[in-house]
Amino acid sequence: MTGMRYLLCFAAVAVALLIAPVVFPSSVAITTMSLMGVMIIFALSYNMLLGQTGLLSFGHAVYYGLAGFCAAHAMNIIAAGKLPVPLPVIPLVGAAAGLFFGVIFGAVSTRRAGTVFAMISLGLGELVAAFALVLHTFFGGEDGISTNRTKLLAFFGYKFGPQIQVYYLIAFWCFVCIVLMYALTRTPFGRMCNAVRDNPERVEFIGYSTQRVRFQAFVLSAMFAGVAGALAAINFELMNLQSIGAAASGQVLLMSFVGGAGHFAGPVIGAIFVTFLQVSLSDITKAWMLYFGLMFIFIVMYAPGGMAGWLALHWPLLRNGRIVRLLPAYALAAVPMLGLALGGVMLIELAHHMLVQAASDGPQLSIFGIPMNGASPWPWLAALVLFAGGAFGVRAAWPRVADAWGRALAAPGTTKVNS
Amino acid sequence: MNPAIALRDVRKSFGPTEIIRGLNLTVNRGERHAVIGPNGAGKSTMFHLISGRLQASSGVIELKGEDITGLRPYEINRRGLSRSFQITNIFPKLSVYENLRCAVLWSLGYRYAFWRFVDRLKDANERAEEVLEMIGLTARRDTPAGVLAYADQRALEIGVTIAGGADVIMLDEPTAGMSHAETEQAVALIRKVSEGRTLIMVEHDMGVVFGLADRISVLVYGQIIASDTPQAIRANPAVREAYLGEEAPA
Repeated sequence: MTGMRYLLCFAAVAVALLIAPVVFPSSVAITTMSLMGVMIIFALSYNMLLGQTGLLSFGHAVYYGLAGFCAAHAMNIIAAGKLPVPLPVIPLVGAAAGLFFGVIFGAVSTRRAGTVFAMISLGLGELVAAFALVLHTFFGGEDGISTNRTKLLAFFGYKFGPQIQVYYLIAFWCFVCIVLMYALTRTPFGRMCNAVRDNPERVEFIGYSTQRVRFQAFVLSAMFAGVAGALAAINFELMNLQSIGAAASGQVLLMSFVGGAGHFAGPVIGAIFVTFLQVSLSDITKAWMLYFGLMFIFIVMYAPGGMAGWLALHWPLLRNGRIVRLLPAYALAAVPMLGLALGGVMLIELAHHMLVQAASDGPQLSIFGIPMNGASPWPWLAALVLFAGGAFGVRAAWPRVADAWGRALAAPGTTKVNS
Repeated sequence: MNPAIALRDVRKSFGPTEIIRGLNLTVNRGERHAVIGPNGAGKSTMFHLISGRLQASSGVIELKGEDITGLRPYEINRRGLSRSFQITNIFPKLSVYENLRCAVLWSLGYRYAFWRFVDRLKDANERAEEVLEMIGLTARRDTPAGVLAYADQRALEIGVTIAGGADVIMLDEPTAGMSHAETEQAVALIRKVSEGRTLIMVEHDMGVVFGLADRISVLVYGQIIASDTPQAIRANPAVREAYLGEEAPA
């Protein structure tokens, strides 16, 4: 892509961030979008390690969480001392904290790559989480550390009480971080990160220390995670132990992977999608964690490039219009897939209801608004038929999809894809 | 002037097995030096020792008069030695051009810079284009290196090796697995890129060896048994017995 197209892309991102609250003005939407902004920064920072440098970390929330606590304390100190520091610069405190802990823990963990790195990141994460439980003065124990963002110096009259003001603060930092992290991929350092990801051995024979590249990537990644952590502290006005633990580290891995670690935009898509599902699914079903797990397994097995990888696969066909050749096969496969999904959802919901809720609420439940009795065999049978029929149908339709792909690619003018 | 490379009594053991057993070798500056020897003689191990991929158990390795024993590969590379690999060892997801540009960055002093755009580094891009043309992959510029044809990957392997401008080049079986026509092209490329530099090459194709090398060393069971001009090596009875045997070109 040329420079002009980058500018257009970033302009589009800026416009999208600006008008999103106009398009979705409900308070739930603005709260959700604020969280999405934080998670976009967090997931992109994680992908500097996973997608760009090939480092699988199980403890990235350490930098997000520690920076969040530092930011919460900084806000409390600033408010108590009436220091002349407005809220919008607090993310810089988070960045500094992320950088600081990134240097310390990075020096330990980036000596080795691969499995050793992954294990050390897991160990450091557990270490910090265990430490946080003990150190009450800094982490506030079970309650966490609360803060009040409106007590800081007003910024051009804005006190950041209403969520919409916080949204725009997050959107601003989100935009800045996206541009900066993208720019990083276009530097000599960014390219060497990719080289280290592709083939660390050879990197040492073109003059570079892989350890130094990993360390630098780690530190910068921790710094951006720190910005996200500080914005989380501002957004929730509360930091607690959950934000630092293994579950939060797992969540950012999930976002990057589901979105697609191989593309810069992947984690952005993943952060938006996963946050949206978290907020909406948890309202609809109590078994939402299970759906998350299934979705993750599905993506790992069938679309390892994530959503962005799937889109990139179709992009050349979309551009030359040959995507229409895929549509009949896709439509054909979509029918059994829908059956498979419906049957699966019914089975999960029936099982979950009968195992968890039936004892107190009785066997009556409703799925997709349809009332049914979990104690009767009929809903189970229907679900099984849908599920098994769907699975069979998908298997039967799959060769057609593969065939359609083969013909769309073989058609003249698309040789670029497979040459 | 100091020799480009000097090995003195270098030994390397893997557990109880000694693979390199008191190896002495001198490669003069500016010469094309081929190392030949039967399979398992330790040619690749010797390359790994010189380039820092493996550490010698004992002995001294000097690069242009400087002791490089025990240094890391990147430290040796920064001192002006660059090597290729027997099994292609490139950056598979990066484009051909990106492979070459990464290979020139350190030598041009860009180090770990994260405050300048790589597309705007005029000298790095010019150098990468130059090497791209030299190895004949201009048409494949934006192809991911991992999907190149085998011979093209081998050419890129050489390109990545020489792009940084090192003055001592080591090539490990650069023509292995190539067809006759591809080998001819590769030899022409090697001749071109080693112009004005020191070249050390492991090679099995005797046509290539005797056509390119100014001097030849014969490595047998971890020791250099002879190091001389091609004519002298051809006539050396010990070499004929130990290695060339009936394969000796007429």
